[in-house]
Amino acid sequence: MYKEVKGSIPTDSEVILGILNNSESVLKRLYVAYFPMVLQLIINNNGTPDDAKDIYQEAIIILYNKVKAGDFELSSKLKTFLYSVCRRLWLKRLSQMARYGGDIRDFHEYSPVDDEVEKQNDMDIQFNKMGVALQQLGEPCKTIMEDFYINNRSMQEICERFGYTNADNAKTQKYKCLQRLKKLFFQQK
Amino acid sequence: MNDSNLLEEIERYLNGEMTPQEHKQFELLRKGDTAINNKIAEHEEFAKVLKQYGDRLALETRLNAIHDEIDVHTLAEELIVHPSRIVSLWRNHHSKISVAASIAIFAILSTLFITGNLSNQESKYIQLRREVGILKQKTETLNKKAAQGTIRPVISATDRFRGTGFAITTNGLIATNYHVVNGADSIYVQNAAGKSFKAKVLYTEPQNDIAILKIVDTSFRSLGTIPYTIKKAESDLAESVYTYGYPQDAPHFDEGKVTSAVGLNGDSLDYQISIAINPGNSGSPLMDNRGNVVGIIQGKQTQLEGVHFAVKASYLLSAIHNIPSDSLTGKINLNTKNTLAGLTRVQQVKKLNNYVFIVKVYQ
Repeated sequence: MYKEVKGSIPTDSEVILGILNNSESVLKRLYVAYFPMVLQLIINNNGTPDDAKDIYQEAIIILYNKVKAGDFELSSKLKTFLYSVCRRLWLKRLSQMARYGGDIRDFHEYSPVDDEVEKQNDMDIQFNKMGVALQQLGEPCKTIMEDFYINNRSMQEICERFGYTNADNAKTQKYKCLQRLKKLFFQQK
Repeated sequence: MNDSNLLEEIERYLNGEMTPQEHKQFELLRKGDTAINNKIAEHEEFAKVLKQYGDRLALETRLNAIHDEIDVHTLAEELIVHPSRIVSLWRNHHSKISVAASIAIFAILSTLFITGNLSNQESKYIQLRREVGILKQKTETLNKKAAQGTIRPVISATDRFRGTGFAITTNGLIATNYHVVNGADSIYVQNAAGKSFKAKVLYTEPQNDIAILKIVDTSFRSLGTIPYTIKKAESDLAESVYTYGYPQDAPHFDEGKVTSAVGLNGDSLDYQISIAINPGNSGSPLMDNRGNVVGIIQGKQTQLEGVHFAVKASYLLSAIHNIPSDSLTGKINLNTKNTLAGLTRVQQVKKLNNYVFIVKVYQ
């Protein structure tokens, strides 16, 4: 009924090592290897290629975070894991859009992954809240926060970048920015 | 210790930048003070969320870059399960599809109805002869007698239809539309001075909507030299044209452009023109800038504003040539010298005045 997906598929342990080592090429091979499988699932179940992209990237992020957090166990095949997560995410999306016809056409075996998906949902909410908070924070606070907390730049670098003559001024500024960011973050429902 | 400094300490502590001794002191402080302990925990959590946010954003950028290299379209074509897709499409959307289909059918039908394509072609025209009034039986009888020549007609508002006609020869041949005079019992033409002359239909070409009348009234004297010529060559798009006719009792002038070289449904008989014309304008001459007759005003489309038609002058010329010679007293001498060419529009119209007639039709 369907075509088996072909391509140079990295082994599961290769993927895990690659993610831990931030390997760009492994990430790419992983992405390219399993995208057709997910695309097939989504477009044959009332979805568009864009939906497939969203769902698949979300699943990759789940896998990525799980591996980085060190709690990914190779209990089932990576392929099955990704398929199951995408399937679960898509079912959720379908029911949100009221497009769910009551059955889903499956192409692979799958395992229950409700916990992962729920956990990811919480992270998504935090992610979105942080995005909104940073947006509302405005410049130069946004860049200072990103430089210090995300890009791990030193206060020295930040001082130079923003032309603060006095390191204390920069520290006070950073402190004020952080307080505002926290406020913006936590006041969101 | 103020808050800003405390934050710095916390960050140094969390990042492991403290000396072992400082670290030990800070641990003690933390244990002894729950408020500070909470602050540390809260900051650690928040910094983690912020870091995760940044990492995820970076990862998404990387994934998007990878995704952009995939030919999703071709892949989707390959992977879609074709027959069952239609089935599932129908299964999941049949109500929506049905509604869409009914809307489409309704839209098509209403479009056809509005544009008039559902009814036959004639109904798209309002042929612009003017219905003047309802005849009473009595007047009709009177006019029938008049038509038979037993009573000298008193021309009043008892005529049934009106159109316009224009002279094509000095001896009283008048061109108008066939639909103006169709079904007439008797016809009178009235000049600008208000004088009426009895006329008869000399020749018609219903397919081209052309009629040639001849003034047969005994009181008719020859007209002066016709100032215009009939132009055989087709007018160009966007050429300025004007018309002069009788949609009401007083002559009416209007101008516009040739907007299309073909009429309704591509009919090459007609020009489309952008002159606002009204009932009674049928049969009016369509003149170009130089005072050539280029057409005869014919009708307009009922459902579209500003779409008006005029029969091309070449058809009028061929109709004139087709008049059987036995219905003529002599040869037709068409004017070949245009005396309007050098004149201004105002002067042209003044000259036209004597050669354009109200055509009154009695039934």
